[in-house]
Amino acid sequence: MAATPTREVAQRVFAGEFNDATYTFKESDDDRAPVYVLLPTGERANRVFIVGTLTETEDVGEDSEYWQGRVVDPNGDTFFMYAGQYQPDAASMLRELEPPAYVAVVGKPRTYETDDGEVNVSVRPESITPVNEGTRDRWVVETAERTLERVQAYREADPTQEEFAPDEYVRMAHEEYEPAIENYRRLVVDALETLDEESQSEAEA
Amino acid sequence: MTDLHTHAEEIHEQFADQLDVSIDEIEERLDTLVNEYQVPISEARRSVTNSYLDEADLEREDIRSGGGGNETVQAADVDAPEEWVDMTAKVVELWDPRSDAVAQVGLLGDETGTIKFTKWSKSDLPELDEGKTYHLRNVVTDEYQGRFSVKLNRTTVIEEADEEIEVGDDSLEVEGALVDVQSGSGLIKRCPEDDCTRVLQNGRCSEHGEVEGEFDLRIKGVLDDGDDVTEVIFDQEATENLTGIALEEAKDMAMDALDTSVVADEMREKILGRYYRVQGPTFGRYLLADEVEVLEDAVDPEAALIKARSI
Repeated sequence: MAATPTREVAQRVFAGEFNDATYTFKESDDDRAPVYVLLPTGERANRVFIVGTLTETEDVGEDSEYWQGRVVDPNGDTFFMYAGQYQPDAASMLRELEPPAYVAVVGKPRTYETDDGEVNVSVRPESITPVNEGTRDRWVVETAERTLERVQAYREADPTQEEFAPDEYVRMAHEEYEPAIENYRRLVVDALETLDEESQSEAEA
Repeated sequence: MTDLHTHAEEIHEQFADQLDVSIDEIEERLDTLVNEYQVPISEARRSVTNSYLDEADLEREDIRSGGGGNETVQAADVDAPEEWVDMTAKVVELWDPRSDAVAQVGLLGDETGTIKFTKWSKSDLPELDEGKTYHLRNVVTDEYQGRFSVKLNRTTVIEEADEEIEVGDDSLEVEGALVDVQSGSGLIKRCPEDDCTRVLQNGRCSEHGEVEGEFDLRIKGVLDDGDDVTEVIFDQEATENLTGIALEEAKDMAMDALDTSVVADEMREKILGRYYRVQGPTFGRYLLADEVEVLEDAVDPEAALIKARSI
């Protein structure tokens, strides 16, 4: 069983954190080694699972179709995704879906540098499927829990403290970003409060 | 030469049940090899052991490898091949042996779960009855593709036990989002040969060559909860329940499109990105889906919110 390459977990992350994950790295020199983005909370990601509201789709390609999709999380932050001829299933989904719609997206994080030197983070989708509101809500709670776990782990391993439990990716995050970790806890609280308000107003209606 | 005597005792113990030889006799043979022929003790021991194996018409694996008693284990504890163990277990199921070399094959169970057993014809052991519980001494563990089993052999001691065993459930329950439907999913063809059922690749069975395949449905999926991934296999019934696409309908879809891959595509669209709770036995790295529940209802954010505010 050791010979079986283990599939990596799809990280759960809110868009506010994902879009800050501008630093990429590989674990080996092999050309085919996976590329990871470094999440500011100190975890590597080479796959993400996102559920949110598809608000806009647009063919931004010049010669051939190249679809851009915007998926928004409860905080109003946007995940950008791009699908072209090499992601035919995802591209045709973006072509066919009518926003707004809840969608689930499995994909690879990608970064690119703009002309003015800014690094943008986006998703190259492996699959996009329409889902219902219950699935979206479940994702928000799950992503909140996973993010809190990372925030707690970061605090325990934060190398600026006198005593800390060393962690490779927390150290890397500290060196690359010096993150204000409180911001990511704030994202969790805001997302859950939005969900809580939604469910209360639905109950009253 | 107390050293040789110890070795002789150990060899004697290995053959105690099969051969009528004395410790002195063994020590003498060891002594000849070591002191007369200057053979290292490890080689001498090997030589003497092998000659007794021939004499008793045994295979090396039929004798105990070390002195002393075996570890008593439970079904779920077995995690390495080629270990000599004792266990007390109930015969949960007996299957039809596929070969004359096998006298009985089936499942043993105890509180911790179940494990496959094989009893060889040449071992000449008493029949095991389904539903009865036995103390089994001297069985050997084995592994095939990540799955463990135990083999009963010539030296195995079988005693019927009075106690009643409640056989445990070795099934696993996993919750997560379905993040991938792997190749080999959807409408597939299996080899029709007896006991084969291999999935055909381009109309060929890896064992029986080109065959007229039989259609089947299955999904090989990946459940992911953000911490762990679990590979899950849904059989025909589970696939039909999960996707709402029955085998006949799948065949019609493939016929219309002149392509079987349309079935998997349609299934992907229906199930990817949703959350499921799946329960069933594990087989190697796969979880076989016996029970599947779609998790579509809203979850209460309150507990997570309290935690988020408190840290």
